[in-house]
Amino acid sequence: MLGQFDFNVIERSWVYLFREGMSFTLTLTALAMSGGIIFGTMLAMLRLSSIKPLAWVAGVYVNLMRSIPLVLVIFWFYFLVPYIGAYLIGSNQPIKVGAFYSSVITFTLFEAAYYCEIMRAGIQSVSRGQVSAGYALGLDYWQVMGKVVLPQAFRNMIPILLTQTIVLFQDTSLVYVLSITDFLGAASKVAGRDGRLVEMYLFAALVYFVICFAGSLLVKQLQKKVAIVR
Amino acid sequence: MNYHWNWRIFFEASPDGRGTYLDTLINGLGYTLVTALSAWVMALLIGSIIGVMRTTPNKWAVRFGNAYVELFRNIPLLVQMFLWFFVLPEFLPKAMGTAMKQMTPPWGSLVPAVLCLGFFTAARVAEQVRAGIQSLPRGQNMAGTALGLTVPQTYRYVLLPMAFRIILPPLTSEFMNIIKNSSVALTIGLVELTAAARSIQEFSFQVFEAFAAATIVYIVINVVVVLGMRFLEKRVQIPGFVGPSMNTGGH
Repeated sequence: MLGQFDFNVIERSWVYLFREGMSFTLTLTALAMSGGIIFGTMLAMLRLSSIKPLAWVAGVYVNLMRSIPLVLVIFWFYFLVPYIGAYLIGSNQPIKVGAFYSSVITFTLFEAAYYCEIMRAGIQSVSRGQVSAGYALGLDYWQVMGKVVLPQAFRNMIPILLTQTIVLFQDTSLVYVLSITDFLGAASKVAGRDGRLVEMYLFAALVYFVICFAGSLLVKQLQKKVAIVR
Repeated sequence: MNYHWNWRIFFEASPDGRGTYLDTLINGLGYTLVTALSAWVMALLIGSIIGVMRTTPNKWAVRFGNAYVELFRNIPLLVQMFLWFFVLPEFLPKAMGTAMKQMTPPWGSLVPAVLCLGFFTAARVAEQVRAGIQSLPRGQNMAGTALGLTVPQTYRYVLLPMAFRIILPPLTSEFMNIIKNSSVALTIGLVELTAAARSIQEFSFQVFEAFAAATIVYIVINVVVVLGMRFLEKRVQIPGFVGPSMNTGGH
């Protein structure tokens, strides 16, 4: 039954798949993760802020992002970013934003909403007493956050942040809808060119599975390591 | 900025000759709901079975359940969509494979989309069901056995009624996820809500009106689901029991 398939197509194309495709996927994942965690932490601080309008705005942003599909968000930003860019630099023509920057911005802003909810739980996992103790020692808000709360919040949440990053890694495959050559995009281009859809998509599934499965095993190991003995 | 807003676009005739752009959007909403609801029924059934298997003392059942969850969780949904759409028909017996490839629209993309979303979400439901059952005190299972109930009876009358009540909140978000994830089916040609917005944008060039309309519809669905589930939670609540909340992230 496997006779009609030609798995040599993988051998012929794997350099292209990994050099062009996987490097894009990994770069996008790394940038969106860093940006998403930073922006997400800021959103979490806003959501927990005692200044009500700030908390409200952050809440609306997070809930909006979480209630619409990623595919729609990708389309939104693909068309919206050129206009925002034009507004920012005062041009009256939409500026040209490459597919790469557009997807970095999209994934950073979208994943930030999910990272925000994780960091919010992380900040709340640090007991109120520590915050009060910080203020009693005369620290200001930024010192309490930066030196007392956030370091512990990060430590508590590292396994969940990394699990979310594995989800993000899988989600980056959706840039396919913008015809970008990420790993899946590269596989699909080769598949279309050589008429080898079965082989290429099975191979892509296998590669994603191996990376994500290994990642989730690592997270499990890490979870045991970083658990704070109380 | 020189973007030309035109909100009346929705009342103009769409080029597919089947009414206005508003009709396109409503059709899309229909496909989103049909896909998501059918897949949800599948996901609940399969997910509950797999989740229960993972809590039984039979180690092969546990292994099978774990393997299922790992397999479906570690492959991107889009890749799974392609596997169901492009790859599965090649591995079926010839007549079946050909029949699957020759299904007329929308069935040709609706059926693979429902299968894909159903099996994918089943893995996530299974994870919740397992966590729900394991969050019950061990004594519940023992009490069932002590009363002379068989294993299926213990699950049916003791463990599952409690477990499902506990996992109702995470199941709500899984239900929202399946609605959002149905948009991935646009890659295999299903004209659901997001694809409908995209086609309005392509034909009329009114990018932001089309996407804004789709966004509003998704938000409305979200609110309806949340309110509905809150009502259901109240309905099935047993006084004296408050389920622990579980949040597992993901989309």
